[in-house]
Amino acid sequence: MNFELSQDHKVLQESVRDFVNKEIKPIAMKIDEEHMIPDALVRKMADMGFLGSYLPEEYGGAGLDMLSYAIVIEEVSKACGSSGVLISAHTSLASGPIDTFGTEEQKKKWLPALNTGEKIGCILLTEPDAGSDAGAITTSYKKEGDEYIVNGSKIFITNGGYLGTGVLFATHDKSLKHKGVSAFIVDLQSPGVVILKHENKMGIRGTYTTAFALDDVRIPAENLLGQEGQGFKIAMDTLNGGRIGIASQALGIAEGAFERALAYSKERKQFGKAISELQAIQFKLADMYAKIETSKLMTYKAAWMKDAHLNYTMESAMCKMLASEAATFVTKEAIQIHGGYGFICDYEVERMYRDAKITEIYEGTNEVQRVVISKALLS
Amino acid sequence: MYLDLTEEQKLIQETARDFAKAELEPVAAGLDQGDDRTPMLANLKKLADLGFMGLNVKEQYGGTEAGVIAFSVAMTEIARACASTAVTLSVNNMVCEVIQSVGNEEQKTKYISKICSGEYAAGGFALTEPGAGSDPSSMATQAVKDGEEYVLNGSKIFISSAPYAGVFVVWAVTDRDASKGKGISCFLVEAGTPGLIVGKEEKKMGQHASATNEVIFDNCRIPTSALMGKLNDGFRIAVGELTGGRIGIGSLGLGVGLAAMDYATRYASERSQFGQKISNFQAIKWMIADGCTELEAARLLLMNAAYRKESGKSFAKEASMAKMFATEAANKACYSALQMLGGYGYTKDFPLERYARDVRITSIYEGTNEIQRVIISREILRNIN
Repeated sequence: MNFELSQDHKVLQESVRDFVNKEIKPIAMKIDEEHMIPDALVRKMADMGFLGSYLPEEYGGAGLDMLSYAIVIEEVSKACGSSGVLISAHTSLASGPIDTFGTEEQKKKWLPALNTGEKIGCILLTEPDAGSDAGAITTSYKKEGDEYIVNGSKIFITNGGYLGTGVLFATHDKSLKHKGVSAFIVDLQSPGVVILKHENKMGIRGTYTTAFALDDVRIPAENLLGQEGQGFKIAMDTLNGGRIGIASQALGIAEGAFERALAYSKERKQFGKAISELQAIQFKLADMYAKIETSKLMTYKAAWMKDAHLNYTMESAMCKMLASEAATFVTKEAIQIHGGYGFICDYEVERMYRDAKITEIYEGTNEVQRVVISKALLS
Repeated sequence: MYLDLTEEQKLIQETARDFAKAELEPVAAGLDQGDDRTPMLANLKKLADLGFMGLNVKEQYGGTEAGVIAFSVAMTEIARACASTAVTLSVNNMVCEVIQSVGNEEQKTKYISKICSGEYAAGGFALTEPGAGSDPSSMATQAVKDGEEYVLNGSKIFISSAPYAGVFVVWAVTDRDASKGKGISCFLVEAGTPGLIVGKEEKKMGQHASATNEVIFDNCRIPTSALMGKLNDGFRIAVGELTGGRIGIGSLGLGVGLAAMDYATRYASERSQFGQKISNFQAIKWMIADGCTELEAARLLLMNAAYRKESGKSFAKEASMAKMFATEAANKACYSALQMLGGYGYTKDFPLERYARDVRITSIYEGTNEIQRVIISREILRNIN
């Protein structure tokens, strides 16, 4: 047993940290205020290899492992939760399934542009009436010649507004529930892809969260991902990996808030001494730190298991649930330690609190994570 | 990063698990309800024969030299069946480790092997006093030098295994004028030394088979060679050694929590209400998911602390986090598990009420969880500025 990061992972961590401190930290507040991650930053992250960390080098990826991916998202999210989820949704939810389930031709065609950031990836799964119950999607497809025609609507699509490359889920017969679902690679510049709105959100305001109408969208037959009817399985497998990304994002947000709360507690004086000398504050710091450390261990473990090709379904659900609940707890306490200042936008912990909340909801609500965990235990 | 156990560690885990199932589980309920602890003492001897009393102790002194991770996984497996046996094991290992780390060669050779071999059923760790719990430096027991001897006077409380311990590690004030914590020394006192009186046994909520006694020193004379470590260095020794003990207690808590969750999970998949298994209800699934996730997280914290200790890295913060988190997760797991069994959980026909009583002390002893939080925050705050 060895809990140390390898030299390669440590070097990566350092270089991501330097990049984040220089390029992201100074503009994180602006990203939140302006509801926009500057394109220049997306390009710089792509140049650093953040958008294809664990994808194979032969398709333009960085050829690293899942643990590296977790480290990248964690470090980025310490400064900016929006940028963290952009990477996570792009990599785990679009490039990931194409790499895992795609044919050689599909990988060659789609992955290089995703890995270089020329196209930003997203997953089109959720619908107004199919959230936690992903098998209930109604977006339909039918085959016509060498094309699939897709109709329906998709909501809450992270990165959707970039109109890059999507992995889309649709059914040919909704009465078959999840057995009727297939997955497709879709170019979101295609005719019939209509942006209905960009959501206005509590947090991660720098990311696009887009609602689409799909109106007779024509997808070439060669874009079918995996086999027909295999879509639900692809979705579940994809979300498994994605949960490690979201856990890393949540972990980073928690660490960012903790760093600020810790520094503030040493500087802030009340009753003639630094508030860090008061037990009420010390105990908050201890509880926050223990939750962070726990989440980190579980997140790294899930990544390590995926890298070791072990079954990591339960661990990815556990790390997502633990890390997201740690993030909401830690950011809440970070505000409390800052007192009234914590409620003011200048101190950033209020943004982190807003950013943290979504991690308990997306990529499977924590209620769904508990279903996954208990199912694994009871079987 | 590599997070699997080695083959040797797996073997120790399995040995502990098999022994717990075959020897400890059948007698655990009886030990909890009766006064006769003979079966536990017999099992302690067998565990000594298996090499479980000095898992992180060098072979030359009779230990197993298997490391801290092995110690942790063994503790967890033993505690799944019997927390009283487990706590005795934890304290014995800790006493062996204290002697190994600060004792002189003669002390090491003489005492460690007796605990490891089972010749001594147990070792005692006599630190706590009525007026010195979380604040051990305020202790009042004194050791006054008189020629070639020290004379001990004072009283210790909450001393585990006192009636059957062969040797006690005893802390006493040797310099009354020194500033707080600077005038305490550490001694080895053999059971049966005149003036060492094992006092009343506490009646406790749980862990009944493990004796918890007052230990009184009434003009107890010990040779100067009984001093362990440097004179007036005792407080540092106590604080240092408790750190390793926390991994033991955290692992013990984890074992009790796992036992409770395992039992309740099996029960839930058999028990029917409203025409279906209660494991079909989300109210029950949530308790299972939360309980098992927290225990798994606790295991990782414990393994990380054990790994750091084994690798010679600092581990005070990690051991405190693991102890605090594991014992709180275990308390919560026992509470939920008992709830899952409903009224049956409250009866003595099922082990849940015993688990719930046994686990309660784990967030108190070996440093209350409040003290763990003091340590954790102190370590964090020390590292900035």
